[in-house]
Amino acid sequence: MTSISISEIEIALLLEAIYQKCGYDFRQYSEAHIKRRLSSRLAISGLKTVSEMQFQVLHNEQFAYTLLHDLSITVTEMFRDPEFYKSLRQNVIPILKTYPFIKIWHAGCSSGEEAYSMAILLREEGLYERSMIYATDFNQKILDKAKAGVFQNDLIKDYTNNYQMSGGLESFSDYYTSNYNMFIMDQSLKKNIVWANHNMVTDSVFAEVHVIFCRNVLIYFKKNLQENIHLLFYESLINGGVLCLGSKEGLYFTDLKYKYDELDKKQKIFKKKY
Amino acid sequence: MKYEVIVMGASSGGLNAIRSVLTSLSENFSIPIVLVQHVSPRSDGQWIRSLDIIAGLNVKEADEKETIEKGNIYVAPPNYHLLIETNRTFSLTIDSRVNFARPSIDVLFESAADVYRDKMVGIIFTGANSDGAIGLKRIKELGGTTIVQDPNSAESPYMPEAALSLMPADYILTLEKIAELLNKFDKDN
Repeated sequence: MTSISISEIEIALLLEAIYQKCGYDFRQYSEAHIKRRLSSRLAISGLKTVSEMQFQVLHNEQFAYTLLHDLSITVTEMFRDPEFYKSLRQNVIPILKTYPFIKIWHAGCSSGEEAYSMAILLREEGLYERSMIYATDFNQKILDKAKAGVFQNDLIKDYTNNYQMSGGLESFSDYYTSNYNMFIMDQSLKKNIVWANHNMVTDSVFAEVHVIFCRNVLIYFKKNLQENIHLLFYESLINGGVLCLGSKEGLYFTDLKYKYDELDKKQKIFKKKY
Repeated sequence: MKYEVIVMGASSGGLNAIRSVLTSLSENFSIPIVLVQHVSPRSDGQWIRSLDIIAGLNVKEADEKETIEKGNIYVAPPNYHLLIETNRTFSLTIDSRVNFARPSIDVLFESAADVYRDKMVGIIFTGANSDGAIGLKRIKELGGTTIVQDPNSAESPYMPEAALSLMPADYILTLEKIAELLNKFDKDN
């Protein structure tokens, strides 16, 4: 063992400390991912070992919250995977049009890009006024950012590209106001979005919904945790409700796969059987 | 058995380099290979299917939680980082780009080094950036065997040179010699 290698025992103890001290449970996250995030914090912090980080977690609230932020998943994009959004328009919107009121849950919404993407899509399809989007995350800091809807200008080019390739009907610039180096989402898009703190690892079902988005979050979890979350999603969906996962995610490890039909196999869109 | 896995990283010019090496491997080559080739985030994976036909080995995109098996060649999916877990399965993440790249060679190499230590081989091929240099250094530090494509023979020498500037590699070879060496490793295993 070299001095820069991190002991798995130390990591397990650190995650236990975070859970007991702060109530956030990372014990069933992928180890390689956790190790990578901790190594980078270790290098920045000047601490020598993970055990020293554990001491800091227990005695330094600021450090504990920095670490929580490090460990949460904060990478997202507007209209990420344009083909997915194209498929939503073709395969899911017609189903949603049959409902008088539509409830949508973005689980692990991070900075909210996907929730805004969906708000735009619903508006263009004439469904926004009868929709309610619940966008949830356990990371309050990132949730506040999502709620503000303010993003860096250098993202606009990618987001505009994604929007156009996803089959967007208008000009993406209709949905934001640019100002200095930031752009802010149109206030009217937020009207029917509820931003709420919810931890899918530790909290239970909070609403019955027609669609769940949870894209590229489950890849960070071990199998057992994935199964628990899939059960949570299954219980949260109405019969005939739609589950949207990331392009490399599926229902492989759970018997629940028999309780869904595939609406789009490639884009990982599933429909709960009646 | 000396080697349990071979990891490879390539960027510009890499498709030709990888094709050349994989097609020169012996028919029943058994050490699993995991590779990162920088491609567009929207790549449709056609090049993986073409490799599968040409190489005569089972080439596939790595799936999350998939167990690494002998005789397979796994390719990192476009727009995801690929990591290896202690239990010899894959993890995927959409974490920020590293060295402007997702998938990043460093990310794969560093996680593989932690798991396989001296029971692995890391190879850096042609490329116009410095991704993979830190990862290869890590492999070396933990006892793994390191190979760098001879910069003089690389379509883009920058990536091999970047790796060599951080560490002395165990082997600096042309593509032809790399394939020969890998066949020898596999035979001796």
